[in-house]
Amino acid sequence: MSDEQTPQVPQAPSVEEIKARNRRNMWLGLALFGFVVLVLVVTMVRLYSATGVAERM
Amino acid sequence: MTEITTEPSAKRYATANDYVQLMKPRIMMLVVFTAVAGLVAAVGVTGVSINPIMAAIALLAVALGSGAAGAINMWYDSDIDAIMTRTSTRPIPSGAVPRDEAIAMGLIMSGVSVLLMWLASNWLAAALLAFSIFYYGFIYTMWLKRSTPQNIVIGGGAGAFPPVIGWAAVTGNAPVDAWILFAIVFFWTPPHFWALSLLAHGEYEKANVPMLPVTHGAKVTRAHILVYTLALVPLAMTPLLTGLGGWIYGLTAGILGLVFLAYAVRVFRSRSGDVDCTGEEKKLARSMFLFSILYLFIVFAAVIVEHGFGLYFPVGGI
Repeated sequence: MSDEQTPQVPQAPSVEEIKARNRRNMWLGLALFGFVVLVLVVTMVRLYSATGVAERM
Repeated sequence: MTEITTEPSAKRYATANDYVQLMKPRIMMLVVFTAVAGLVAAVGVTGVSINPIMAAIALLAVALGSGAAGAINMWYDSDIDAIMTRTSTRPIPSGAVPRDEAIAMGLIMSGVSVLLMWLASNWLAAALLAFSIFYYGFIYTMWLKRSTPQNIVIGGGAGAFPPVIGWAAVTGNAPVDAWILFAIVFFWTPPHFWALSLLAHGEYEKANVPMLPVTHGAKVTRAHILVYTLALVPLAMTPLLTGLGGWIYGLTAGILGLVFLAYAVRVFRSRSGDVDCTGEEKKLARSMFLFSILYLFIVFAAVIVEHGFGLYFPVGGI
């Protein structure tokens, strides 16, 4: 056994790999955006109920 | 990326569908459906209303929580999933999704689902959701599944929480009626799973999972199926006593309960799961498994129809 480590040459990702990564990133981005929208919606509904906007209309 | 625990024969890249499969969508549908029943029943029985947008977000939180628990389960069970034919094509053993991605997804989704539930409803519903994820992902998956033949009995509690969560999301409490719905799912789980395990016990044995047919044999399992069905059928009628269920529910649960019981008796008297069982007997266990899904679906649909569509007619004027 040798303690020497052979240097790893970084391999360029294949086209297929880049496509898969981009797809994943897009879904992650959409999921994050969806979460932000949901929190916004919840906040708006709570504010709407708490301030009694519905009753005044 | 060099993450390879279960090396696939050819490099596969995860599609959106792989991530959907990681969340166990079929279980998720049943979970959401029972949560809807709890939510609708709570509105119908107590008269407390919930903003429809908040209700939709609460149900989305339940779906995400279910998906999170499924991802944690697939992360932990990827070793045995690779051994069993039925599960070998799942996203992790097939090499599409790396294990660390699955657990990251499970944990992040757990946090997001609980947070959303808390924002959209109340702390009790959020706490129940958090506990049910912990129950399925950790207590059942990491502890019970591989250590006791009663794994699915105790673990069934995890799948029984959604109607209670749905109820709590509306009212902020969990009264007896909500726990009756819990009990129905809880007692339904063993005959449902054991009917399947009678067919797949060879697979479980190969993966060293102590399912009841593996540890105690098919005959004991068939007896257990009958006992739990005998407990389930009258239990499913208790909503009539508390006023949760009316005529439609009573007739539905009564008739379907008798059919379920007839299946359990036939399976008990058969040799389903035995080495020398016939194709017909295998088919019988499979039919019982499929019917059990229909049973739960229709019984909970009856709750939704009565309380969600104004078709609740009390039995005996209760």
